[in-house]
Amino acid sequence: MQTWSLVSICVLLAIIARWGVSLNSYSGAGKPPMFGDYEAQRHWQEVTYNLPIQEWYFNTTNNDLNYWGLDYPPLTAYHSWICAYIAKTINPEWVELHKSRGYESTQHKLFMRMTVLVADLLIYIPAVVLYCLYLTDGSSKKKVSIMFCFLLYPGLILIDYGHFQYNGVSLGFALWGILALGLGWDVLGSMAFSLALNYKQMELYHALPFFCYLLGKCIKTGLIGRGLFLLVRIGVTVLATFALCWLPFLAEPSQAMQVVRRIFPVARGLFEDKVANTWCSLNTLIKIKSILSGDSQLYLSLACTLLAVLPSCIRLLTKPTFWHFKLALVNSSLAFFLFSFQVHEKSILLAALPACLLLNDLPLMALWFLQASTFSMLPLFLKDGLLVPYIVTSLGFLFFSIYLLSALDHCSEDKLRLGAYNKLFYWLPKMDLAFIVRWKFYISIAAMVGLSIATAVLIPPPHLPDLFPVLVSTTAFLHFLGTFIHFNVVQFSEPPSRKSQKKSN
Amino acid sequence: SQQHVNVISCIRSTDFEVHRNWLAITHSLPVSRWYYENTSEWTLDYPPLFAWFELGLSQVARRFDANMLQVENLNYASPATVLFQRLSVIVTDVVFIYAARECCRCVREPKGSRDVLSRPSFVLAVLLLWNFGLLVVDHIHFQYNGFLFGFLLLSVAKHLQSQHLQGALLFAFLLNLKHIYLYVAPAYGVYLLRSYCFAQDNKDGSVRWSSFSPLRLLALGAIVTSVCALSFGPFIAMGQLPQVLSRLFPFKRGLCHAYWAPNIWALYNVLDKSLAVLGVRLKLLEEAELPPASMTGGLVQEFEHSVLPSVTPAVTLVCTLLSILPAVASIWLRPHGAQGFLRCLLLCALGCFMFGWHVHEKAILIAILPLSILAVESREDAGIFLILTTTGHYSLFPLLFTPAELPIKVVLMLMFTIFSFTALRKLHSAQGSLLHPLEVIYLLGLVAVAIACEVVFPLSPWQQRLPFLPLLVTSVYCAMGVCYAFLRLYASLLLRREEKPKQL
Repeated sequence: MQTWSLVSICVLLAIIARWGVSLNSYSGAGKPPMFGDYEAQRHWQEVTYNLPIQEWYFNTTNNDLNYWGLDYPPLTAYHSWICAYIAKTINPEWVELHKSRGYESTQHKLFMRMTVLVADLLIYIPAVVLYCLYLTDGSSKKKVSIMFCFLLYPGLILIDYGHFQYNGVSLGFALWGILALGLGWDVLGSMAFSLALNYKQMELYHALPFFCYLLGKCIKTGLIGRGLFLLVRIGVTVLATFALCWLPFLAEPSQAMQVVRRIFPVARGLFEDKVANTWCSLNTLIKIKSILSGDSQLYLSLACTLLAVLPSCIRLLTKPTFWHFKLALVNSSLAFFLFSFQVHEKSILLAALPACLLLNDLPLMALWFLQASTFSMLPLFLKDGLLVPYIVTSLGFLFFSIYLLSALDHCSEDKLRLGAYNKLFYWLPKMDLAFIVRWKFYISIAAMVGLSIATAVLIPPPHLPDLFPVLVSTTAFLHFLGTFIHFNVVQFSEPPSRKSQKKSN
Repeated sequence: SQQHVNVISCIRSTDFEVHRNWLAITHSLPVSRWYYENTSEWTLDYPPLFAWFELGLSQVARRFDANMLQVENLNYASPATVLFQRLSVIVTDVVFIYAARECCRCVREPKGSRDVLSRPSFVLAVLLLWNFGLLVVDHIHFQYNGFLFGFLLLSVAKHLQSQHLQGALLFAFLLNLKHIYLYVAPAYGVYLLRSYCFAQDNKDGSVRWSSFSPLRLLALGAIVTSVCALSFGPFIAMGQLPQVLSRLFPFKRGLCHAYWAPNIWALYNVLDKSLAVLGVRLKLLEEAELPPASMTGGLVQEFEHSVLPSVTPAVTLVCTLLSILPAVASIWLRPHGAQGFLRCLLLCALGCFMFGWHVHEKAILIAILPLSILAVESREDAGIFLILTTTGHYSLFPLLFTPAELPIKVVLMLMFTIFSFTALRKLHSAQGSLLHPLEVIYLLGLVAVAIACEVVFPLSPWQQRLPFLPLLVTSVYCAMGVCYAFLRLYASLLLRREEKPKQL
């Protein structure tokens, strides 16, 4: 069948999956007084539409920052303003100042879900389609399979269309940036990534790889002459994009400072809730939060993050190829997730996006990680009443990716790039690593299924009320740590065979 | 089934309450009260075998939520109830999946290696399993059509494989599960009589009276009577047969369903209405003489036509019989084997759809699903299939009218249409294009109608004054397509070259 018809059918299937999930509940549904992320987005529409720009990030009588104050960069605010404008034409009650707090109705839910779908259709989905068609190699059927699995990634669907957020926009912009960089359009790529940064500050997780890749590329083309020219152009583009986004706030320095203060709240602690990162998992053994002071927590996490991120980025700086760029994106975002300050479980999506890019080259590892990332957010889904969509989308994703990408067939040592492990552990007796990896995969999936069932069905003992969330986050943490180590090893080992290397530069 | 499960939380229709009520009736009441019970307006109007089926389901339902089995709990819809009902549809779809597999085995595979996506059996499997109409009607609107169509397709597959007794048994079951399949009973009756009971034909294809086999006729008769006895037996013993029949065939309902099925009577109604309006404008008729506008009110009731003669059930019966007579005669005089039988089945289904009394638009599926089998094998049938499917499926749009379901129905329809067009075009690519340019224009007009009805109309000022207008336009436009497909199918049957009739 022709590619375009296959592509359109897959995209339509992805839309159905998304809309099907969006028919379920959202975060904070029917839970006054604070509700949840859905109410936060609705409140931002109310604030941005009714108040002048100068008041958006300030605590005024009209704008109570304690009730879901804006804490994303200006592009989110502009997006909310556009949505509010449309909302006002349909039903002004949705964005009436003060009176619309906690507004919930079926029509409003439909409208909000539509805004997410429209944003996805405009930004995220085209980026995925173009990436899979132009930057992956293989037959056209393989490309469509990868695109389908990419679009079916459950974590993003459940968070954006279930819990309710607009991650598709920021991840979409980042993906446009990656796409442009892959095609060699560095300036456009940096502009797209700047837009992503200005939408959600968490994109900083991806900033280092972008920086090192572009810098490395400039150095490679010669720091005197073309390289310098490229560097200057990129710098100017980034500054111009930032200036354009922050234009209304640059009139007064206090405005800009307040925005920065809102988007980087350093007053909070090392972690909140149960997150699958190092500090939370360590906390089960040693109570870090009580041992160290607030400042030393900050310094500790900073130091660990830098240590974790540096090897991968330096490698990228010395070898700025697209293959290393993709790996560095995964490694960097995982490093930040594991060791950084005040990490939310939703931040794993920032590591999941680069992992989706690796579905073509390392299918088994990528889909294993993607499955684990969805699993790590299970407590959040249970709180939002999204158990059925979680089960359906995870099973669907697992089935399709294993079947379409033949992940378990291409399980030789060479394909999994396990050669480096042999070199590292040369003193151990020779084992069939591929066999071990496959079995670890089966066991891990079984463990995830078992824990999911247990968390959903069983009641924890009264003296350990958080037993299941802690078990889930610790299991996920072990998976993430293993993935982090593996992808670092891969980045430092031999690049892939020449056939794919030619295409990925 | 992933997306089937995803739409579990969609808005439920009245059919949901209908089936819940039947679960309650069969579980809580003794058999003698089943066809007399009328606490709820949704009385039991399927044949007894379906009632036994509901009884079986109710035993499982008890584990989910026993409250749904109380007859008094009208409109009871707890989450457990919804879950159970939806799961029951999904589980009984297993029958349909098995039947689709059997049909795929009957399809001739052309020689030469092809990748999976272009093989006829794969295309047929997708066209059957992902049929937009079936998905929408069963899983969103709620019915057990997958289960029932599984029986129909399995019976057809058995006939295609020359296992006629099994096919007859399955059809007997089907008829006792839902009597709407009486539409295609003439095809079965004549075909089995002609091609099975008369074991051989003369060289020129006419009947060889001497080869009549009483044994085979007896076998068929035994099968049919035993299944009917199983189903109707208890009711005949209790002398309730007239009551059961009056429930099964309620002629009190009007000529057209609330949503007009795209058949001849929809065109007839529109003609009548426009003549009436025209007559009033031209001062030929008095406005006071006309009966009030009840036909277009969207309710199910008796009504009369104002200008053209009124249509009674007897008239529709005569028209239906006349319309299927040529097809049935054709397979008697010149049987073309099982393929001819399938064509005749389609024509019977379409004929009854076109001329029947109180036809549901969902009945178009009885024609669309078997036509898929013919479409993957012959180019001409593929062209007819594309027209019938697209218009038939579009005519189901008014069944889902809430804004939440709009993206789903549009996206599902687009998916199915894109797939059917590209897959069938690829299968028959060697023999030229599938559709005549005029047909393409007609189908594109469907898109215009869709946009007008779904997007433009709700936002326009006419919404208050003429709320039935989108339904009317949809019915009329689709009726034209369905009529056209009917005529073309007839042409393909009657003008077919003679094939050597198969020996049974």
